[in-house]
Amino acid sequence: MLKLIGILIVVVGFVLKLDTIAVVVVAGLVTGLVGGLSFNEILTILGESFVANRYMSVFLISLPVIAVLENNGLRERAASLIGQVKAATTGKILAIYMAIRTVASALSLRLGGHVQFIRPLINPMAVGAAEAKYKRVTEEEEERIKGLSAAVENYGNFYGQNVFIASGGVLLIVGTLQELGYDVTPLEVSKGALPIAIIAVIVAAIQFFLFDRRMKGKSKL
Amino acid sequence: MANLLLEVLFILCGLVALSASIYAFRDREHPTRFGSTLFWGLLALIFIFGPYIPKNIVGIIIIVMAVLTATRKVKVGNIRGSSEDYRQKQAEKLGNKIFIPAFMIALFAFGIAQFTDLGGLVGLGIGALAALIIGLMITRSKTTEAIEGGSNLLQQVGSSSLLPQILAALGALFNAAGVGEVIASGISRVIPQGNIVLGLIAYFAGMVLFTMIMGNAFAAFSVITVGVGGPFVLSQGADPAIIGALAMTAGYCGTLLTPMAANFNIVPAAILEMRDEYGVIKTQIPVAIAMFIIHIVVALILGF
Repeated sequence: MLKLIGILIVVVGFVLKLDTIAVVVVAGLVTGLVGGLSFNEILTILGESFVANRYMSVFLISLPVIAVLENNGLRERAASLIGQVKAATTGKILAIYMAIRTVASALSLRLGGHVQFIRPLINPMAVGAAEAKYKRVTEEEEERIKGLSAAVENYGNFYGQNVFIASGGVLLIVGTLQELGYDVTPLEVSKGALPIAIIAVIVAAIQFFLFDRRMKGKSKL
Repeated sequence: MANLLLEVLFILCGLVALSASIYAFRDREHPTRFGSTLFWGLLALIFIFGPYIPKNIVGIIIIVMAVLTATRKVKVGNIRGSSEDYRQKQAEKLGNKIFIPAFMIALFAFGIAQFTDLGGLVGLGIGALAALIIGLMITRSKTTEAIEGGSNLLQQVGSSSLLPQILAALGALFNAAGVGEVIASGISRVIPQGNIVLGLIAYFAGMVLFTMIMGNAFAAFSVITVGVGGPFVLSQGADPAIIGALAMTAGYCGTLLTPMAANFNIVPAAILEMRDEYGVIKTQIPVAIAMFIIHIVVALILGF
């Protein structure tokens, strides 16, 4: 049972929002010690694993080109393209953004974000569509649209990201499975993530269209 | 050949870390000038010379890096990105051409993984370099702008971007200490080993629960896969790549449900000025539950 103390340290450390890197390293050291490893053995395992898993941080190589693109208006261009989308209802706008966000996430493009896209662009478009169609949007309905606008960013970001072959999630899966003796490639894992990415777009769209239907039903009263 | 190219790729990654170290050092107003210089310099050292350094020394270097982040000695410096006006003007001038390099990275990574035996990581590296060349040509930027921009970006994403790599090291230590066996023997009192459906539900539900508690699916994955996923699902002849991919996104269902993932769920409610600070989470509940059930169904269909 004592060996589980490392898990306890990780849980408590993350809940208390302590520094993530330090929490994980401390959990590793303590687990090794209670597991009967010598300090030198622990250091060696730590170092061996970190060097062997350098591939999990290969995103570093892409930072210079991403910086160049972002400094030259990548996000601004994407925002102006999305802004041109003509869709009649709140649900349609959110569903279209869901599809775009999922694809961006799958390509590892940093196009998204609650600050960069949702507040200045998606939420105003979604509220605007409801206002244009139903004239009056109650405060409660606007609150609901805000919730959906914030949620679509998370849905697209989360369920799409592991389709990218070198995403942190995919490489962590590959590394963890290899440690357990299962040899898998990043390509196999990223293909395994594809069905869920597609299904998430559909499930999210259902939620958005249900909102449209409720708005429509209300306006008939 | 693939291994050689991979080592070249790690050296290039190390050079990005080294540039972050150098820019931090040259920034006299940097809030954590020496801490940041040291942290990114040590990371560069491991990336470039890792295979030739005794591994217990690497272990000590990692502990030094952890002490630096724990004592808040690694912060972001003064960012001098381009102005908003300039970006807006460039966006209009360049039009959709700006997307070409962005797409190249992902397409190269996938294409090289699919059609050669170099693997997706080498593909990513080649794609990033090709995209950099095309990107510099399209935007008429200088190489130094790319290097400075990249090092700024690395400081911005910060030390927590190393989480997967450091979690993998934790997983290795868990394995060496036999943590998985302890969890497995505990759970096997409740769930009979060999029942695939119950094992799968325990694995995915464990991912959701631990992700909700910790606010982080990556940390949950390394713990739950060693303790539950391995002994109760993967050892039953499941396809490890598919089940692994699904377990991770099952964990993301937990991310949608927890205030612990504050930057996804609580901060956005504030950004959108919602009255209910849990409004985003409440919106996400039905989708998270539906997606969780779908994960189990998809795993049973595709994973065995």
